[in-house]
Amino acid sequence: MTDSYLTLANGTLKPVFKKLGLPQPAILRRHRPGSPLTVGPVLVVSDDASAADADAVAKTLSGWDVDVRREPEAAQGERFGAVVLVLTGARTPEAVSAPVLTVAGTLRRLAGNGRVLTVSRAVADGDAPVLAATRGGVDGLVRSLGKELRGGSTSNGILLTDDAAVDSASAVAALRFFLSAKSAYVDGQLLPVGPADVAGPVDWEQPLAGKVGVVTGAARGIGAAIARTMARDGAKVVVIDVPQAGEALAAVANEIGGVALQLDITAQDAADKILAATKPLGGLDILVHNAGITRDKLLANMTADKWDPVIAVNLTAQLRINERLLAAGVEGLRIVSLASTTGFAGNRGQTNYGYTKAGVIANAAAGAPVLAAVGGTTNAVAPGWIETEMTAKVPALTRTVARRLPSLGQGGLPIDIAEAICFLASDPAAGINGQTLRVCGQHMVGK
Amino acid sequence: MSTTPSPVPSTREAVIIGGNRIPFSRAGKKYVRTSNQDMFTAALEGLVARFGLQGERLGEVAGGAVLKHSKNFNLVRESVLGSSLAPTTPAYDVQQACATGLEAAIAVTNKIKLGQIESAVAGGTDTVSDAPIVVSDRLRAALLDANHAKTTSAKIKALLAIRPKDLAPVSPSTGEPRTHLSMGEHQAITTAKWGITREAQDEIALASHQNLARAWEAGFFDDLVTPYKGLTRDDNLRADTSLEKLAKLRPVFGASLDSPATMTAGNSTPLTDGASTVLFSSREWAEERELPILAKFVDAETAAVDFVHGHEGLLMAPAAAVPRLLARNGLTLEDIDFFEIHEAFASTVLTTLAAWEDEEYCRTELGLDGAFGKVDRTRLNVNGSSLAAGHPFAATGGRIIATAAKLVSTKARETGQPARALISICAAGGLGAVALVESA
Repeated sequence: MTDSYLTLANGTLKPVFKKLGLPQPAILRRHRPGSPLTVGPVLVVSDDASAADADAVAKTLSGWDVDVRREPEAAQGERFGAVVLVLTGARTPEAVSAPVLTVAGTLRRLAGNGRVLTVSRAVADGDAPVLAATRGGVDGLVRSLGKELRGGSTSNGILLTDDAAVDSASAVAALRFFLSAKSAYVDGQLLPVGPADVAGPVDWEQPLAGKVGVVTGAARGIGAAIARTMARDGAKVVVIDVPQAGEALAAVANEIGGVALQLDITAQDAADKILAATKPLGGLDILVHNAGITRDKLLANMTADKWDPVIAVNLTAQLRINERLLAAGVEGLRIVSLASTTGFAGNRGQTNYGYTKAGVIANAAAGAPVLAAVGGTTNAVAPGWIETEMTAKVPALTRTVARRLPSLGQGGLPIDIAEAICFLASDPAAGINGQTLRVCGQHMVGK
Repeated sequence: MSTTPSPVPSTREAVIIGGNRIPFSRAGKKYVRTSNQDMFTAALEGLVARFGLQGERLGEVAGGAVLKHSKNFNLVRESVLGSSLAPTTPAYDVQQACATGLEAAIAVTNKIKLGQIESAVAGGTDTVSDAPIVVSDRLRAALLDANHAKTTSAKIKALLAIRPKDLAPVSPSTGEPRTHLSMGEHQAITTAKWGITREAQDEIALASHQNLARAWEAGFFDDLVTPYKGLTRDDNLRADTSLEKLAKLRPVFGASLDSPATMTAGNSTPLTDGASTVLFSSREWAEERELPILAKFVDAETAAVDFVHGHEGLLMAPAAAVPRLLARNGLTLEDIDFFEIHEAFASTVLTTLAAWEDEEYCRTELGLDGAFGKVDRTRLNVNGSSLAAGHPFAATGGRIIATAAKLVSTKARETGQPARALISICAAGGLGAVALVESA
């Protein structure tokens, strides 16, 4: 679905839009295999107590052929591709001031599609109140800055948990994801990242090489994008959709060299069918619960035929499948479920959908220790407004307004959801567990 | 007719991995202006997607169409080239009227059994909606003469031979070239000979619709069919039909016979468009890839009858082929768990069953000692057949093989015992092809 406002605002009328003070959403840079990680040099700043961690971050970046800077001064006309603010060692709010103001001085020299990324420690049980305040404050800083940045630039944060080192595998993977174009539509988000044992070097061009992934609801839209992205990242993919969608499903499978499984995921034996389909490919590593339906109705008018199927497809099916797969002894399973910003904020007419998406978020959180016990993870991705066949059916005015609400001033694309999912499903992201990552362009609704 | 069973060839196994077809559609409906090549390619693509065969070089793909345009001289090869299979996959066309699909399966499984190939696809496609229309013989002769003529005046002279009535196109017909009778009229004679009642035929038709509808509802076709052009189920299926509704239909064949006409549009197959494919391989090929093995394609037999001189009914060849096939494999009708008898007409099934129960017929025509036996009707076309699904001639074999393979596989899994299916397909020209499928 073309966003004609976005096209106009970036066309020859660009100066007029600026003069009129109209919103000016930028054309977002998306990942292309082989393209540079950032659009310019990356500045790493920190408070004094975090200097060692900042050095470690800088060292990691240098390993990726990134032009790393430690001083905010830059040549005339030069623009930073990203600024990384390391605050892991800060123990008082005062300690944060100087590096934050250093970042402030660089913002007018941040390139379009630039990144501001904080690396700090999450508030933990037992933190002294002052330490908790210091760490907790980062949340408000990141989210407020997201609302200030322009030109497609984003503000996000990595929250290290459980004493994870800044150069531990998952912290490094998150650093790369947030700095890259893969996080184009992720804005104003803080992602908790824990320690992870990941052996061996990471192939960043093919992070899912050798893996077998399953994507439900993969015949079109976001599901098809997830399947394509998984294949691009090296995985063998089993794509699933209801038998009625089989023609489009087969086309996706043949495009990516995958296997099409026509399956109603609400069937009692869905998990067995999934296991059987993945067997020829060598087992099951990644499971993406993407299939979802809407049956919108105000609760006052709600009937069982609108409530029940939404619960069955969006929530019960994946709960049953996960349970059966774990009972069957599947190990190291990486689950990613599709939540929604509606799961956080609610949406008028979507009590059924909202129930399921909030349920998905809670299930990911509660399932984390269960999956961790078998060497896996479970996370969710919460899309905001994404341009798909589904949202194309929303009335034009609502659609136009919805697109302008996020800080990035536009809807996201299916690929944005797919990138986040493939990141969370990758080996080096093993330390990210039980989380729900919003991919919403910093949509106004909910947290 | 000889009754001496030839020995079962001792070779390695050919197994059935699975199948894929597009939903069958009544002529002139969903697949109007869809070519045989389009449909066969679609069926192949669904099969490739189901088993992840993209870029795979298969041993060969064999199939064909009954109503085929001369431009489709390499129909199956062209379909392979338009598919996601490796372009190095060989292919060839087969044609044996309604037995085309089954004959293609016999051909490729024989090659697998001999070790000439490891994997293959057999199938078929047919369209009545996009059938080739040819010019009259007189017009064709004039055009060819003009083409061969050396001088302009000779060319003009040749073309002047054309008369307005020569310009009328000739539609393809399913009439027999030697008798000029349609298949329905032929079968009407056989139906009358065996005294098959209208009620018995309508019961077969009703069961076909009810069984196919139940199979669709139960998801039986979820891994056998891929939707095409927005069609998700066979659109000839009438789940709500009844004996009362079927009884109201006017007979369409056999009006000129002495006995009352009994064959209606309800108990005869409609003209249908569609395509089907089945994936076969050696056991090793399937096991290497950890692909499921549904069943073994054990053995097959073909037969032909002399219908031209009226000695036998046009569609009765399978009645002769089945006893030979079972004898060779040391089996009787009681050993068969599923009878898949193609319903060209409801009465084709009934005349075949009647023949096997008739002592006199079995002795004189089949050379048996007595009646061949009785088919347990609860084992007959349990998930519906051509009356409900429709019958795109060359595509019917693939539909039946995949269904039979899944039936025996499921039954064997449930009971822990081997299960067998007998496939029987009658064809124009007095031909018949039958095959034996057994759980793997």
